[in-house]
Amino acid sequence: MNKTIHPYLRLSGLEPLIVRPETNFVNIGERTNVTGSKKFARLIREGLYEEALSVARQQVENGAQVLDINMDDALLDGVMAMNVFLNLLQAEPDIAKIPIMIDSSKFEIIEAGLKCVQGKCIVNSISLKEGEAKFIEQAIICKNFGAAVIVMAFDEVGQADTQKRKVEICQRAYKILVEQVGFNPEEIIFDPNIFAIATGIEEHNNYAVDFIAATREIKKSMPLTKVSGGVSNVSFSFRGNDHVREAIHSVFLFHAINAGMDMGIVNAGQLVIYDDIEPTLKQLCEDVILNINNDDNSATEKLISFSETVKAKGKETLKDETWRNESVEKRIHHALIHGITEHIDIDTEEARQKYPKPLDVIEGPLMDGMNIVGDLFGAGKMFLPQVVKSARVMKKAVAVLTPFIELEKEERRNNKSTALDSTEEKGPAKILLATVKGDVHDIGKNIVGVVLGCNGYEIIDLGVMVSADKILSEAIKHNVDIIGLSGLITPSLDEMVHIAKEMTRLKINKPLLIGGATTSRMHTAVKIAPEYENGVVHVLDASRSVTIAGSLLNPETKKTVLKDIKSEYDQLKIDFGNKKSAKQLLPFKEAQKNQVVIDWKNYTPVAPTFFGTKKFENYNLAEIAEYIDWQPFFIAWEMHGKFPAILTDSIIGTEATKLYEDANRLLNQIINENWLNAKSVIGFWETIKIAPDTVELNFNSENIRLEFLRQQIKKAAGQPNFSLADYIHPTEKDFIGAFSVTIDGIEKHIQNFEKNLDDYNKIILQALADRLAEAFAELMHKKVRTEYWGYEKNEHLTNEELISENYKGIRPAPGYPACPDHTEKYKLFNLLGGKEATGITLTESLAMYPASSVCGWYFAQPESKYFGVGKIDQDQLIDYANRKGMNQEDATKWLSPILE
Amino acid sequence: MMDIKEILKERILIIDGAMGTMIQRHHLEEKDYRGKRFANWHKDVKGNNDLLSITQPALITAIHKEYLEAGADIIETNTFSSTVIAQADYDMQELAYELNVASAKCAREAADEYTNKNPAKPRFVAGAIGPLNKTLSLSPDVNNPGYRAVTFDEVVAAYEEQVKGLVDGGVDILLIETIFDTLNAKAAIFAIKNFFRINNIKELPIMISGTITDASGRTLSGQTLEAFYISLIHANPLSIGLNCALGASEMRPHIEELSAIAKCFTSAYPNAGLPNAFGEYDEQPHETAHIVEEWAKEGFVNIVGGCCGTTPDHIKHIAEEVKKYKPRTLPTVSN
Repeated sequence: MNKTIHPYLRLSGLEPLIVRPETNFVNIGERTNVTGSKKFARLIREGLYEEALSVARQQVENGAQVLDINMDDALLDGVMAMNVFLNLLQAEPDIAKIPIMIDSSKFEIIEAGLKCVQGKCIVNSISLKEGEAKFIEQAIICKNFGAAVIVMAFDEVGQADTQKRKVEICQRAYKILVEQVGFNPEEIIFDPNIFAIATGIEEHNNYAVDFIAATREIKKSMPLTKVSGGVSNVSFSFRGNDHVREAIHSVFLFHAINAGMDMGIVNAGQLVIYDDIEPTLKQLCEDVILNINNDDNSATEKLISFSETVKAKGKETLKDETWRNESVEKRIHHALIHGITEHIDIDTEEARQKYPKPLDVIEGPLMDGMNIVGDLFGAGKMFLPQVVKSARVMKKAVAVLTPFIELEKEERRNNKSTALDSTEEKGPAKILLATVKGDVHDIGKNIVGVVLGCNGYEIIDLGVMVSADKILSEAIKHNVDIIGLSGLITPSLDEMVHIAKEMTRLKINKPLLIGGATTSRMHTAVKIAPEYENGVVHVLDASRSVTIAGSLLNPETKKTVLKDIKSEYDQLKIDFGNKKSAKQLLPFKEAQKNQVVIDWKNYTPVAPTFFGTKKFENYNLAEIAEYIDWQPFFIAWEMHGKFPAILTDSIIGTEATKLYEDANRLLNQIINENWLNAKSVIGFWETIKIAPDTVELNFNSENIRLEFLRQQIKKAAGQPNFSLADYIHPTEKDFIGAFSVTIDGIEKHIQNFEKNLDDYNKIILQALADRLAEAFAELMHKKVRTEYWGYEKNEHLTNEELISENYKGIRPAPGYPACPDHTEKYKLFNLLGGKEATGITLTESLAMYPASSVCGWYFAQPESKYFGVGKIDQDQLIDYANRKGMNQEDATKWLSPILE
Repeated sequence: MMDIKEILKERILIIDGAMGTMIQRHHLEEKDYRGKRFANWHKDVKGNNDLLSITQPALITAIHKEYLEAGADIIETNTFSSTVIAQADYDMQELAYELNVASAKCAREAADEYTNKNPAKPRFVAGAIGPLNKTLSLSPDVNNPGYRAVTFDEVVAAYEEQVKGLVDGGVDILLIETIFDTLNAKAAIFAIKNFFRINNIKELPIMISGTITDASGRTLSGQTLEAFYISLIHANPLSIGLNCALGASEMRPHIEELSAIAKCFTSAYPNAGLPNAFGEYDEQPHETAHIVEEWAKEGFVNIVGGCCGTTPDHIKHIAEEVKKYKPRTLPTVSN
């Protein structure tokens, strides 16, 4: 049972790198070194750090497992350059995933580097060059940063060039590090100095042999330590002839690795495989490296003359456009995976001419590409915005092919000699999607449609506000394989239950998927699943819809999946039943006695600057945009995280930034070209509290009563049972406000995007309209506080503070937690002047149309805060229905989400 | 006092639950936070919970005692934000050292009282070192990913002052917790090592506790759990573990992974579930305890307790559930 932990060298970037005995040679990328790469040096000197990062990225892509970074240049402020480069690098998760080797001959630059990197680094290097005291001091600092160290075979006398000196110095350093500084042996890496060979100077001829022999001895006497080296030094005399240099490196490494060399600084993209070296060259390299057949430099001479016969083969890779030279299939895959629409028309046309039938292009390269996209998405290697972009490419490609497919069908119909091709009639699996009756929200549903479409299903999207009857008749007509329902507001839950019942009645046997912001696994298990036996599954988000659809459409997995889900839901239902009895509710009368305690004596209600309503049209969109809370925008795209931190997130940061840029581009266009009409109505009225949960106001000489619901759960001592009515003065005249905002005019632009097969921008536009509506509500609330109602004239809050609701007074909306009865919206809209004034229609489920709309009450009491009513009991339900003059059945229906 | 390392081999130790949740129950107002001494302070200080160790020490000590009564072996000082950097929000930078001393004393007093009552169950004070409100690996400016709001040296200096205060106040352990940026924690370790070396004092045991922010299994600064472990193990800590952000059920796979790779003791103190729609934690004590019990049963943990939303009742339930089980045995470290 007891585990064993081995003393391996463990390094980390964002991800771990563990050097085990069986680990192959570790490649350390060398191109991010100003002394070794002219290009990198120039980029750093000119401050082009973004491009310099691409050098690092290339090293990682080419297989570097550790990145060596060196800023030692006389013309550079090395400390500054190291700091800036490493800080920028931390924001690039695809680079920062591997450990960093901080390389400098100046210790202050090393320290500057260590201060920027969260992972476990390697310091390259420290040595005994300036004596033991300095060595120990530097080693302690490295240890306190948790860095592994490279120790150069260098002492007070100089750099070791012979096997004997190399080993002696390393052993001495080892003893000091382990015994005096307390270093773990596995975190010591020796660099026994790789020097250039074949220089024509006879004393240099044995350098490689010395290194290899020293390596063998070091590893034997200090087995936990590691050996590294700068490989390209060895071939320094063949500068300009990469072909020969690569061969020398490869042969050198072959022998050094055999002797125990663990890692080396190499150009990760440029190592030839030992066995691939042409035999003549290989033999010449062997002789030079092992210093055999080398009397009078004869082996060196031979290699030099050989090297003159070979021309260096240029290997410059222009990464970005090379994919254009690939086969048409590869190009289509590339375009799909990277979401590039630029060449897709030409490529699709080329493929059409290559394949026998246009349909073959869809079923071949296009579907293959989309399958890759689906796999990458499923594996968490692609994110939703990328998938939607891929879908855009797919749609454009299909659009190129469609006329030809139609033409072919036409020809077939005319050509009677061809029998009906039955195989072509059997298309992909069909999935029907709809937002249920009374609900107008469809961003989530659209995303699910795109993602499922990408995975090869045919999507039949019935849109929003679709009745049960329509959904089910279309399902039968198209013989769909799955029915998916979406909803955002609570009354939609009942509609879904209704649809499930109808499916049972109509003996439909296709699985039913439930999704949308208001839905939950619990509600699905407790309320929907019991109504329909042939499979009900709650789907949390678009990414999960793919796996669920896949497993439901595979006859082999369908049964077990549905069985598993059923037993899971049954258990949830039982748990729910058990939990129910555990929640303690107070008698309603007692809850009413436990009101929010407010010091009314020291509070005088502030009168608003006007009574009645005030209308706004075509409100300045640029001003509204300043109030946008971006976090929900990313959540709509299934990118969860705090804004703006999400833009630099190690995993989704890059894609989140792209999405953010695309969204801002569209937002600017919306503003500059006045795409949308922002409308609002606000109003204020005098009010009196006439009962614990009822306030009355006079409107058009009619008394309107607003009814509120009160928390009924038993609270801890000193905690009130909240009701919004508690925020209205109990005895004196007080005031209440109401508002609506809506973002009108989106349809035309949605249609244009649809016409251009651009789901990506369509969904961005929908999500932006929602954000603008929320931002507008925030802006109006601020204006109300500081100006129109004017109870908080001196407020100065930043956007962040607004988002975290640091202001005084609240704006709860009917149908949301503090006042969960949607039907109070009728009163609110009536007060504001109805559809005519607000531009908003209410559906039968009391959703607002246009979908990007917000409404609510204004309360000014400084103590007022948001809360959730939570569960209520029958006694409150009866009382509430009586107060409202509503029959109990209706009240039960509307309040079902909060009834026990 | 008995060596905590020896006790950890015998049984699972209990660390206390949330301080903030308990303070909230008292509904303190601005004037309570200010006390007499800061009655005329030029900025609002409500919410500066650490300040209460100076202005309402009896209240803080009482909360510590509630946790000790519930069975906590280790209590955390009320110093999550007691650094010159975090206190800048209240313009109370000058008080950083004093806050640490005061908080350490509150906890010390409470712990000693309980140790004296029952010497067979010694109680330990862990000096809580929080993550700071500024991070070293992340830029607060979207348009400038290379920007940092604070430097490594500033962070080291802030932590060094905190460590000095905690040590002077008499803590037994230093606990670097709620780590969402590993580089901040590295700075804390750097500060601790420096402090003890320069002052030539025997180093106190260090506990390290990171925060996995979501289901991705990574820290906020992007590291996988194992990368996080590797980056900090040079502290040679008494324990390494996880706290905050997740409830016990979400934390399980991560604590399982950590228990497989850690060569030191492991700790875990989750939140009381995930917050509900109103930001409240409503997981009941027996629910949390039930999940934590399973970790003990599987041998994943040496130290358990609670973070946000947990109460003495949670700690009591956890303590009762885990006492039946043997602690996780330390792996053998081969040479």
